[in-house]
Amino acid sequence: MLDQHAIRQLSEVSVSVEIETPEMTLNIGPQHPSTHGVLRLVAKVDGERITDVDPKLGYMHRGYEKLSEVRTYPQIMALVNRIDWTSGYANEVPFVVAAERLLGVEPPERAKWIRLILTEMARVSAHLLFMGSFPLELGATTPLMFSLRDRERVLDVMESLTGGRFHPNFNRIGGVKPAAGAGKEMKKQVQDLPAGFLAETRDAMVKVRSTCDELEQLIMGNEIFLARTKGIGILPPDVAVSYGVTGPNLRASGVPFDLRTMTDYLPYDQVDFEVPIGEQGDSFDRWWVRLQEIRQATRIVDQAVDKIPAGPLLAKVPKIIKVPKGETYVRAENPKGIMGYYLVSEGGQGPYRLKIRSASFSNLSMLPWILEGVLIPDLLAVMGSLDFVLGDVDR
Amino acid sequence: MARTIIPGMIKGMSVTLRTLFTKPVTVNYPVVKEQPHPRARGVIALDQEACTVCMLCARSCPDWCIYIEGHKEEQPPTSPGGRVRVRSELDRFDIDYALCMYCGICVEVCPFDALFWSPEYEYSEYEMGEMLHQKDKLQDWLETVPDAPPLEP
Amino acid sequence: MEGLLENFWVLLVLKLAVVALLVPVAGLIIGYGELKISAHMQARVGPYFAGGRFGWAQLIADGIKFFQKEDIIPENADRPVFRWAPTLVMLSSVSLFVVIPFGPGDPFVVRDLELGIFYALAVSSIGTLGILMAGWSSSNKYSLIGGLRAAGQLIAYELPMVLSVVGVVVLAGTMSLSGIVEAQIAFGMPYIVPQVVAFVIFMICALAEMNRIPFDMPIAESELTTGFLTEYTGFRFLFFFLAEFANMFVFAAIATTLFLGGYAPAGSEVFGIAVPALAGPVFMVAKMALLVFVMIWVRWTWPRLREDQLQTFAWKWLVPISVANIVVTAAVKVVF
Repeated sequence: MLDQHAIRQLSEVSVSVEIETPEMTLNIGPQHPSTHGVLRLVAKVDGERITDVDPKLGYMHRGYEKLSEVRTYPQIMALVNRIDWTSGYANEVPFVVAAERLLGVEPPERAKWIRLILTEMARVSAHLLFMGSFPLELGATTPLMFSLRDRERVLDVMESLTGGRFHPNFNRIGGVKPAAGAGKEMKKQVQDLPAGFLAETRDAMVKVRSTCDELEQLIMGNEIFLARTKGIGILPPDVAVSYGVTGPNLRASGVPFDLRTMTDYLPYDQVDFEVPIGEQGDSFDRWWVRLQEIRQATRIVDQAVDKIPAGPLLAKVPKIIKVPKGETYVRAENPKGIMGYYLVSEGGQGPYRLKIRSASFSNLSMLPWILEGVLIPDLLAVMGSLDFVLGDVDR
Repeated sequence: MARTIIPGMIKGMSVTLRTLFTKPVTVNYPVVKEQPHPRARGVIALDQEACTVCMLCARSCPDWCIYIEGHKEEQPPTSPGGRVRVRSELDRFDIDYALCMYCGICVEVCPFDALFWSPEYEYSEYEMGEMLHQKDKLQDWLETVPDAPPLEP
Repeated sequence: MEGLLENFWVLLVLKLAVVALLVPVAGLIIGYGELKISAHMQARVGPYFAGGRFGWAQLIADGIKFFQKEDIIPENADRPVFRWAPTLVMLSSVSLFVVIPFGPGDPFVVRDLELGIFYALAVSSIGTLGILMAGWSSSNKYSLIGGLRAAGQLIAYELPMVLSVVGVVVLAGTMSLSGIVEAQIAFGMPYIVPQVVAFVIFMICALAEMNRIPFDMPIAESELTTGFLTEYTGFRFLFFFLAEFANMFVFAAIATTLFLGGYAPAGSEVFGIAVPALAGPVFMVAKMALLVFVMIWVRWTWPRLREDQLQTFAWKWLVPISVANIVVTAAVKVVF
């Protein structure tokens, strides 16, 4: 027979007994199979739930901006396509356009169209690699093989034109690479499209589209994949814009911002393409947007291949290029997001200062926001779907 | 989850089953070698006769991996009573492939057709010192330089 | 000779020797099959150079490689526990071979226990202990997470497995595995036909017990870099590795016995022709090969389930469905 006093005492006793589960600090360290490079996350974990994450960057800093101060323009062109190494060519274009703007040179039409084709092929290549590596982090090992198999076709086509698969180094100030060299014989070897290029490109694009269909059938309807990615890592549009997220991540959150519709230095207005927009902003949408972008990029390449005009490859520029004084900022829609180059020139053979706004650095800045309260497996699903590359983050 | 289990996941399995019966795409490497395109950047070849030791390539390399030394030689005049001609001879022309970025700037700026690209790619060594190719080895690579591919009409 | 084979002890030693030999060999063959089949599913060639054109010696070479590696035990690890963990896992796989009937009658089964299937399910949960020991004793946070995940997962999936087997036992009327096969022969068709739901649940739970994708959270390679196995090197790792493939063999064998009719039609008559008893192992192996193929196919196609999704799936879906299966089976058996 318990009176009220005893009952109150008992209830107080039961409330004050709490089980302490201390937090564990887990170092998802620089060497890890799924961090796309050397990213260190110091995560405070409670069981499997993450309470706080602190990304430590800088393990891959190669000093691009400092290097650019002591190199000439052709040399920087060779270095710059290593920033985002999955899509080599797309890093060169805004840099060379910045230099051309300061110089006041307009590249010929044929050069612009070739730049367009190569940029879209770089986009296909980067997104195909994502298509392969994202399911790998979730546990499905087969899509990687399919996507890499067809990425090889695209890279072969790029090699036949430029000589390099990942680092084409094909732009020159004033256009694209005109000839194999400067001597009498080498000048005659024009680096124009080799025989069979157009047919091979069309073939490669057909193959890429069929791989997209295969990947869609393999992964998109799979309930396990949907359960792992739908509703995970939702990024609301206002948060995305405030953190400076760009590229497919932003479009997956529903913001219809694609710089390709606004650039004037590449003939995007003369080809017909759609910009896929996601609905929710979860990991599944980010994957879906990139799949559709591959298809749209193949569409662009198909149209461009029919429309290339004949003409010279390089405008008339002096042999040793000295860019006049000035500053300019050019940005482009890279596969990872918006990449910008702020070029300050004092009239020398190299820039005075080159500031690189890389897409993945801004995309990564929202990692503590988006990872709060997720489970460890979801951390990898979210990080994989953001598709950042450490070379792009740390430059 | 139970109702839609049959279509999505089983459809995916049909893709792997189909691929099980197709021919694999692997290239059986040491036995079958892939031929890269003629323009592929594999290794740089040197034509010593054409080189005039102008140092343009060494100056424009982003990595400074080309080491050149030369000396001037006097040659007798072509016609009697003429000026003594001076010609530069190459003593040393080394490219360090451990540093080389394969960017191609050196090939492009050479005004005398002395450097060429060749798509050879099998020259890896066990020691890093062997990756420095000296001028005779670079001359040997000249045989592997292909002709320029025909262009798109 | 006949007299020698009739001797109980000689026969026992012979059977145990066969089992001891069979486990690694079966592990190697299934492992090789997995490498080749998964390779062709991904448009590539699997092992090619080891031992000739088809690379059949690949796993043997891997085994030798593991044997000659340095045996590293972390400094803070709990030594005896660390050492005994792989042994427990291997022990549970080998012990399961004892009750599986490969053919009708005595020489084809090591010991046909009356409690056949009960013994098999009990022994298979010893493997769980081994995994938990492995995760705990390596003083590594990743291993700990992997071990805890494994413990939760394996306990969760034991229950639906046992419940799905109860339906078969109800139909057969006996728990001994040979008895179940004989009951299927008497029934006229393999138990997969009336017990299709139980078969699917059993296969799902078998995949979970073996820590294979889609249930390989404990060894989630891209997250925890092999989870509870991280600190194991050399021949200890080889034990775990072989135990996984031996487990595939064993679970396929149990599933074949329970649902696909085991060694039938050997030892009975088919359309009036008596099928010789010696053909028993052949039929058994053919049916097991089919199940092993399905397991490999599933592993390389689907991604993995997250831990809480795993648990939800087991507790909220599989357990009620298997209980319903038992009720329906019992009702049908009583009525008809």
